[in-house]
Amino acid sequence: MTLLRHVLTALVAGVVLFLLATRLSAYRDYQMAEIAAYVVAVAGLTVLIGISGQISIGQGAFMAVGAYATALILQHQAAWPIWLVLIVATLATALAGAIVGIAAARLRGPYLAGVTLMLAVALPSVAEAYQSVLGGDQGLPVAATVPGFLGVSFPLTRWQAWLGIAAALVVLVLLANLMRSGIGRNWRAIRDDEVAASLAGLNVARLKVLAFIVSAACAGLGGALFGVVTTIASPGAFTLTLSIGLLTAAVIGGLGSLAGAIWGSLLLVLVPSYLSNVASSHGLSSAASSSVPIAAYGLVLIAVMLAFPGGIQGALRRLLGPTAPAATTPLSALRRHASASDHKEESKT
Amino acid sequence: MADGAALVTDGIVAGYGHVLVLDGVSISAMPGTITAVLGANGAGKTTLLRTISGVIRPRSGRILLDGDSLVRRAPEDVARAGVAHVPEGQGVIIELTVEENLRLGLLLRTARDRAAALADAYRRFPVLADRRRRLAGTLSGGERQILVIARALLTAPRALLLDEPSLGLAPKIVSQVMELIRQLRDDSGLTVLLVEQNARSALAIADQGVVLNQGKVVAEAEAGALAADVGLRRHYLGF
Amino acid sequence: MQEFLEFTLGGIATGMIYAAIALSLVLVWRGTRVLNYSQGAMAMFTTYVAWIVISHTHNYWLGFVLALLAGLVLGAVLEQSVVRPTFGKPPLNSVIVTIGLLIFLEGLAGIIYGGQFKSFPAAFSIAGLSIGSVDLGITPADIFTAIAVLAAAAALALLFRFTAVGLRLRASAFNANVARLLGVRVGRMLTLGWALAGLLGALAGLLVTPSTFLYPNSMDAIFVLGFTAAVIGGLESPVGAVVGGLMLGVVLSYVGGYIGSDVVELAGLAALVIVLMVRPSGLFSSAAVRRV
Repeated sequence: MTLLRHVLTALVAGVVLFLLATRLSAYRDYQMAEIAAYVVAVAGLTVLIGISGQISIGQGAFMAVGAYATALILQHQAAWPIWLVLIVATLATALAGAIVGIAAARLRGPYLAGVTLMLAVALPSVAEAYQSVLGGDQGLPVAATVPGFLGVSFPLTRWQAWLGIAAALVVLVLLANLMRSGIGRNWRAIRDDEVAASLAGLNVARLKVLAFIVSAACAGLGGALFGVVTTIASPGAFTLTLSIGLLTAAVIGGLGSLAGAIWGSLLLVLVPSYLSNVASSHGLSSAASSSVPIAAYGLVLIAVMLAFPGGIQGALRRLLGPTAPAATTPLSALRRHASASDHKEESKT
Repeated sequence: MADGAALVTDGIVAGYGHVLVLDGVSISAMPGTITAVLGANGAGKTTLLRTISGVIRPRSGRILLDGDSLVRRAPEDVARAGVAHVPEGQGVIIELTVEENLRLGLLLRTARDRAAALADAYRRFPVLADRRRRLAGTLSGGERQILVIARALLTAPRALLLDEPSLGLAPKIVSQVMELIRQLRDDSGLTVLLVEQNARSALAIADQGVVLNQGKVVAEAEAGALAADVGLRRHYLGF
Repeated sequence: MQEFLEFTLGGIATGMIYAAIALSLVLVWRGTRVLNYSQGAMAMFTTYVAWIVISHTHNYWLGFVLALLAGLVLGAVLEQSVVRPTFGKPPLNSVIVTIGLLIFLEGLAGIIYGGQFKSFPAAFSIAGLSIGSVDLGITPADIFTAIAVLAAAAALALLFRFTAVGLRLRASAFNANVARLLGVRVGRMLTLGWALAGLLGALAGLLVTPSTFLYPNSMDAIFVLGFTAAVIGGLESPVGAVVGGLMLGVVLSYVGGYIGSDVVELAGLAALVIVLMVRPSGLFSSAAVRRV
């Protein structure tokens, strides 16, 4: 009855958060919506890396696909209800994810990281190359408005927050169930030992592609939400920094942990502006202070990797003991690729 | 030619992670002798050599080379102190040529000695001279074993640790290798610690033998005496 | 025909930069089994060092040399502090750590120097060369680039083949455990490998920044293409890195020239994906590929 438990938790959380959104200021609602968008993207990424063992530094690029798809759909089908727009945008991104995933299925860690890195770096130039359709540097507007049934004076930001919360909860429930399902088990198997898994009869390539599709779909939805919230889809919003920020959020939260995805996204939205402000108040120019969060991401990634391979969730687990929710993957459980001749320490006597 | 050193371990407790493999192992190898370390698979023989050469850090116990403590030193420092460890599986670096493998052994010598030592090695092991430019990966099992022993000798060691040199070799080659080891002791007075599954061949050339079982020393005697103890042989050594 | 010549020579010049980055990646990969995602960012950072020195002393070559030294030091320091702890751990750790380094260095550069594009001088004239009335499409600076990279590559090759240090480096890379048993200080070799890679990267940064301008992200695209070149050549092969770099440079030059400069990055991505799908071990590696 895990499904039931997940749905109930989501419903309760949904009610609480919806109420919260009605109490908060417009700016905070905007932030809630932003956080929700990131939660969706980070959740997909953390499942990809922590559960299926594949790395992607291009999650931001997939978010861009979702955002642009949303913008284009609304351009041509302004009358579509928002949930339909979001679903189509998600599907479009899932398709992109399938393409990348198929190409990537044969790649191992460092190579896969490199390809996805290239995606993230090359993305802005795609928008610029297809100026007429994609709006070039300026991007495309995302014209999503509050649906009629909510009333004429319903605040835009509250609607955006509700939309984000609803979407995030749906995604979290789906991912949670997926992780506990047979597919999730198979993903963990290929993560831990691809060779053994394929010998046991698992279709490794198909599972890997599936994981990529799921992760890309999440990014697409996250990007679509992001587009709705910021009302624009532009290359400047989906830089390499974003992709790395998403990775940082997943790592901080603990790879493979959905709860960690929430932590990480909270930090991702709330901390950078705080850091920038602190930096400006200490006299740094605005250009320099906006670089502070970027440097911080880097430090955090390094520090967490070296000190806490299990991320926040892992640290919590250690502090609270076995009672803490345990969905994290300690990195040591991830398959060791180390070349055999170098690390024979642990072999037989 | 290096004179062999006395190699002594005292109460070694060592293992991997939570698994204890050696539980208080004390052996002493006299200078210029061959000590065979025998026992079934899993008895701890390889672990013992790895602990001596520094690959594994013991939980407690002492390791002394002519009275100098080797414990807590990194493998490269133990090697520099004069302990040459030829690991299980030989440890040929297949991506390098035969000559490059040998030169690796020479690195611990002064530049002046290197040319002479290398020439000496080729004289002693003509099979290596013939194949000096070939990639070490192309050598046969027996040739590789000779290569790694030659390489170890080039470091001018005071003690030589050999881990299962006969593994995977045809019987004829095994006796050639064993003969080589015997000569090393006879000609250079090298102290040799010889871990072997093939107890019969090992005892044939050894001066004394130590039998390990489940991480403890269960027998320690002069080689001939061990070989003659039928009960012991059958129980621990399989012949 | 003139266009073809220009594109080809220009492609070789840029290809040399990719080759330098690819070489440093191969160096680090072979020596430490780590793919250094921050190689480009390191190069950007050392180029800033050169920029500071040149701004204050107006002496280009002093800046040049100090940047190279900074590359050596930066590589050594990073290896010892941040990369060494990932030794023996799952490869994901080193990927994330070097990504972290990448972004940290970019952020740090932004904090210290701000984000504006700064112009950076070239070693030699950037006026186009011509033979008679034929515009060659390359400049003295380009020729210097080619010579510098080739010289560095040759020096590395000599170091590896003929010196004791080179032997130790190779042994440490091929089989660290056996190397240790033979007295090789493997740790120092790891540091040295990173230091040399840092030097190469610094060189690449100095050579390419005049055309990209200097800003925190200036080496991102170059790095990614250098990575592609390394993959094309096969991560194990220094020769492959250089050839891969040249091939990529030339092909992308044709793409940029004949099709359009906005498609170049996409073409690079396509090249990477194609090579990884068709021949993942690279075009130049021998059959004995280490399973990653």
